[in-house]
Amino acid sequence: MTTSEHLRAPRNGVAHLVQEDQVHRDVYISDEIFRLEQERLFSRAWLFLGHASQVPEPGDFVTAELAGQPLILVRRADRSLQVLANRCAHKGAAILTDPAGNTGRAFRCPYHGWSYRLDGSLLGLPMQTGYEGTRMRQCEAGQGLHRVASAEHRGFVFVRLGEDGPAFQDYFGSALAFLDLLADRSPEGELEVSGPPLRSVIRCNWKMYLENINDGLHVFAAHEPSAIAARKIWAGKPADEPKPMAVTQLEGFQLGNEFMDKMGARVLANGHSVLGINASIHSHYGEPPEYTAALAKAYGEERAKAILAYMPQNAILYPSIAVKSSPQVMRVIRPLAADRMILEAWCFKAKGAPAVLAERSMLYNRLVFSPMSLVAQDDIHVFETQQRNLCAIGNPWISLHRGHRGPEGADAETTIGGTDERLMRNQYRAWAKFMAADLPSGAAV
Amino acid sequence: MSARMAPTETDLAAFVYREARLIDERRFQEWYELFAEDGCYWLPMSREQTDPVAAQSITVEDKLLLRARIERLNSGKTYSDKPPVLCQHVLQAPVCEDIDHAANRYRTRTVFLYVEFRKGEQLVLAGTAEHLLRLESGALRVVQKRVDLLNAGAPMATIFLMP
Repeated sequence: MTTSEHLRAPRNGVAHLVQEDQVHRDVYISDEIFRLEQERLFSRAWLFLGHASQVPEPGDFVTAELAGQPLILVRRADRSLQVLANRCAHKGAAILTDPAGNTGRAFRCPYHGWSYRLDGSLLGLPMQTGYEGTRMRQCEAGQGLHRVASAEHRGFVFVRLGEDGPAFQDYFGSALAFLDLLADRSPEGELEVSGPPLRSVIRCNWKMYLENINDGLHVFAAHEPSAIAARKIWAGKPADEPKPMAVTQLEGFQLGNEFMDKMGARVLANGHSVLGINASIHSHYGEPPEYTAALAKAYGEERAKAILAYMPQNAILYPSIAVKSSPQVMRVIRPLAADRMILEAWCFKAKGAPAVLAERSMLYNRLVFSPMSLVAQDDIHVFETQQRNLCAIGNPWISLHRGHRGPEGADAETTIGGTDERLMRNQYRAWAKFMAADLPSGAAV
Repeated sequence: MSARMAPTETDLAAFVYREARLIDERRFQEWYELFAEDGCYWLPMSREQTDPVAAQSITVEDKLLLRARIERLNSGKTYSDKPPVLCQHVLQAPVCEDIDHAANRYRTRTVFLYVEFRKGEQLVLAGTAEHLLRLESGALRVVQKRVDLLNAGAPMATIFLMP
C-alpha cells in the first residue's frame, strides 16, 4: 500500500499522527500531508482573506493566494463584497496580477478578452457569433468565475474554499470576540488597514509558526538576546528621561516564564485559543488620556475599561490569523508547502483614535515581525532548524506533554496556564478533526 | 568651514566604501560610530515612500535601535548568529548627488549587490543606497542611510545583517 492510499483511507488515515499528548513529525514534513491539508483542512476551515477597508469603493480589488488558491476580493456596485477565483473560466489564465487596484465595472481576461461582471458572471466574449449554437453557456465555462463562500465580521473577510464545512458562526463561535476587541479599540468601531503588510518567507511548516504564537514558554529562552539588548540600551538613563516606545515594546521580552504562565490562557473549540487573559507583555504601554476619554464616550465607562483592560498576548483564529488588540496588529499565516510559508504582519488604524496608536502598531511589527526584525531572527532560526531536523534520525514524535495529566475534552472552552501545551494540543485536535475524510456533524464542528 | 576641510567627491565615495566594509568585516562598533547622534538607518517598503514612519518600513533604526542591533551581534549569546553570519557588499561607484558645503549637506547614491551567507546558504539582494551625510568636527557622519531594495514590499527571507 502506498503512503498516499494509507493517508486517504476512509477510516481517518491521519488520526494516528495525532495522539493525546504528542504529534508525529509527518504532520510537519510530509508533502502528501500538505496536499491533504489543502483538500481537507484549508478547504473546510474559514481562512482570512483580506479586510474590507482594503476595497472601499466599487471595483476596488485585492488579490491573494490562499493555500494554493488564487483569489480576488472585490467590492461590487451595490457595495457588497464578492470573492472569486482569479482564474478565467475559459482556459485558466489569471484575470488580475496586481496585488490591488480598481477593475472598473468588469474584469477582462488578458488572454482572449473574456469579460466578467463583478459578481463573476460572464459578461462578454470576443466575436460572440463563434459560440452560437454551441454548448458553452450550459457548460461550466459559461457559469463565469468560480465564486467562493465568504463572510465578514467587523471588516475581517474570511473564505471557505470548499462546499463542505461548518457555517461561519459555528466555526468561530466565541473567538469572534477577539476581532470585536480589536475593532472596539476604535471609538467609531471601525478599523482601517494601514498599508501593505510586512511579509517574510519562512522555510518551515505553517503549523510550527502557529504553535509558536501561543507558546508562552519560548519567550524567555528564545528572545533572551533581544531582552538583554533592550536592557543594555536603556541602562543608566536618568529616571525622568521619557522612555521611547521601542524600548518599552522590546522590554516585554524580558518578562520571565513565571509571568508568561500567570498570564493565563483559554482554549476554544476548533483550534482557536487566547494567551494572556490576565495580562500580557503588551499590558504596560499606557494609553493617551484623550483616547481613554473618547472610548468612554463611545462605549460607556464600563465597556471602555473592559476594552483597555483586556489586551491578550495573542488570540488565534485557527488556522490563519493571530491578533493583538494592543498594539493593533495581526499576523496572517499563508502556507505555501510542507516546508515553506509566508508570514504577513498587518497594522491597523483604529478610526477616531489618536495617531500614536497606529504608530505603535507599525513600530511593533517592524521591531518584532519584519524580515529585518531582531526578535523574529531568533524564532526563524529555530523553526528552520526544526524543519530540517525533524527529517533526521531520532524520535519521530513531537512532545506536547506539558500540562497533560489526563484526557482532555476535544472542544470544551477551558482556562489554563500560559505555558500549558494544551494550547498546541487543542490546535492538533482541530487539525485531526478537519483532516478526517468525513467531518463529524453538529454545531461544535 | 574652511575650504580645506570641505569633503571632496573622493572623500564622500571613500566614506561610502568604508561604511559597507565595516559591516562586511563585522566591525559593528566602528560602523555604529559612523552615524550622527540623530542618524537613522532606513529600509522603506517602496521607492515612492518619503517618510520612514508615516507608512510602514522594513526597518527604521535610530541610534538607540542600532545600539540594540549591535549589542545582540556582540553579545555572543545570539544563537541565530552561530556560526557568525557574513555579508559582502558589492558597490558601484557612488554618485554624489548633492554637495552643499554651506548647508553642510552631502548626498550620495550607490547601486549595490548584497550577499548574505547564513548557515551554508547565500541570499542575494540588489538595491540602491542613499547616504545623507554631514561633517561633524571634521569627520563625515551618516544623517540617514536609506536602502531601497529591488524586492522591497515583496515577501522576503530574513535579512540578518545590514544591506
